[in-house]
Amino acid sequence: MIVTQTETYIEHLLRDLTPQVLGTVVRKCRDFAAAEDAMQEASLAAATQWPREGLPDNPRAWLTQVAFRRMTDHIRRESSRRRYETAVTEMRSEWEEPPDVESLEHEDDTLVLLFMCCHPALTTSSAIALTLRAVGGLTTAEIAHAFLVPESTMAQRISRAKQTIQNSGIRFQLPTSDEQSQRLSTVLYVLYLIFNEGYTASAGAELRRSDLSQEAIRLTRIVRRLQPNSTEAAGLLALMLLTDARRLARTSRDGDLIPLDHQDRSLWDQKQIAEGVALISETLPKGSVGPYQLQAAIAAIHDEASRAEDTDWPQILALYELLKRVSDNPMVKLNHAIAAAMVHGARKGLELLDALESDGRLAQHHRLHAVRAHLLELEGDAKSAVRHYRIAAAKTASLPERNYLLTQAARLSGEE
Amino acid sequence: MKYMLLMSTTKEGFEWYAKWPKEDLQKNIAFMREINKQLKDEGVLVQTEGLSWFDQAVMVHAGKNGEPITDGVFPEAKEFLAGFWIIDVENAEEAYKVAARVSLAPAPVGTPTTMPVEVRQVMGRAPEEFQ
Repeated sequence: MIVTQTETYIEHLLRDLTPQVLGTVVRKCRDFAAAEDAMQEASLAAATQWPREGLPDNPRAWLTQVAFRRMTDHIRRESSRRRYETAVTEMRSEWEEPPDVESLEHEDDTLVLLFMCCHPALTTSSAIALTLRAVGGLTTAEIAHAFLVPESTMAQRISRAKQTIQNSGIRFQLPTSDEQSQRLSTVLYVLYLIFNEGYTASAGAELRRSDLSQEAIRLTRIVRRLQPNSTEAAGLLALMLLTDARRLARTSRDGDLIPLDHQDRSLWDQKQIAEGVALISETLPKGSVGPYQLQAAIAAIHDEASRAEDTDWPQILALYELLKRVSDNPMVKLNHAIAAAMVHGARKGLELLDALESDGRLAQHHRLHAVRAHLLELEGDAKSAVRHYRIAAAKTASLPERNYLLTQAARLSGEE
Repeated sequence: MKYMLLMSTTKEGFEWYAKWPKEDLQKNIAFMREINKQLKDEGVLVQTEGLSWFDQAVMVHAGKNGEPITDGVFPEAKEFLAGFWIIDVENAEEAYKVAARVSLAPAPVGTPTTMPVEVRQVMGRAPEEFQ
């Protein structure tokens, strides 16, 4: 038991230190790809040695030293003699004076790393993988496992992403303050996708080290700490907490989807809801309200209703009106139609859906049909509802959702 | 998102392929090897396999005690799966691009220069939207 606790502690410590130490090494050596490899080796060495030999006095300094040593080995191994000599000459001063680790701005380095890993030059899947490895400290095997692809494929994806960064000549420094808000929104979007991947993939209570939702929450906490004035970073963290709070109620033991109005709300994580509600409540009055904050506010209203019928739909509808103004996402319009139906009746919702048919992005989307089916059912038109449940089932790319939609159609046609 | 690229052909297609001149055959084999390597290096390949010859295909159904009853190839079957790739890419457009590259597998001169590739999305575990 004690061993397990120590190992867990070391694991957490290592993952907190990874971006800080990596930042230091990249800043000194300017070779992101090699530094990242060296960092992985250093973390691995720590993970095997520390539990056995005890924690070093200064774990950050230990890691930094080992990472720098591995960098030297790497250059010696990988490069021609000439390049090695040039590199060593350039870097000699660094070796001879071990970095004064305590004086470096570790926190800023973490932020720079995040901006680097979520660089617009990368595809989103590359940005996700690189962020999880370089900032999150996950191993390639863990990331591959989380995304269900072979480790060798994930290794290539990460290595290409590093190469893209290397080739684009991106400097290891904070973007200018003009650029920062745009770049921050990319970082938040990547974290949002990581969370979403974990949330949709999870079934039941199984918690793994590579649990992507937990990792996304951990990283978003870091961003919020580093950018305390970003109301959207706070909004995203609140949204994640308030959504993740429902995780256990969201699927049955067999992995079937359970919609919000049928969930066992006693399974919701009240502690996490309280944290999310407090966070969004203190953030909203600060002004500059963005999409993450509004979605968090909507999630908070759902979470605060102890029964589905107690949900404050008029307030949710008002929030969707606001969200429609700041977000061009067609899903927002769809959710707005649902909220309108809950307040003004199914007919009103169906009228709004008719208007949405003209939005090309939605016309072929399964959710438009799923919502229509649901509203038709509420209106008492079982026959049309069945038809739309089946159209939606044919269009969805999610197996649990297809099972759910086909079951709805079967239930209704049986009742006819 | 994951997509499966399916390469199917008729019996005649298999038999025709078996009679390709050596040089054409070698070009085709080298192409397949190269594209698989490329997809792996690009970090998108999940799995790829070629399947045994169509006449090795067996239809199986359960007998009255659940035992396997095997049957030869159904004569009415029009097409047989020859091989597949599963790739992990950003969206359908990217999957189509990979399918188009695969489709360029070389064939003997004077025959169609592109091969049809069926693209199907692999079902995900849960819907993407979480609100």
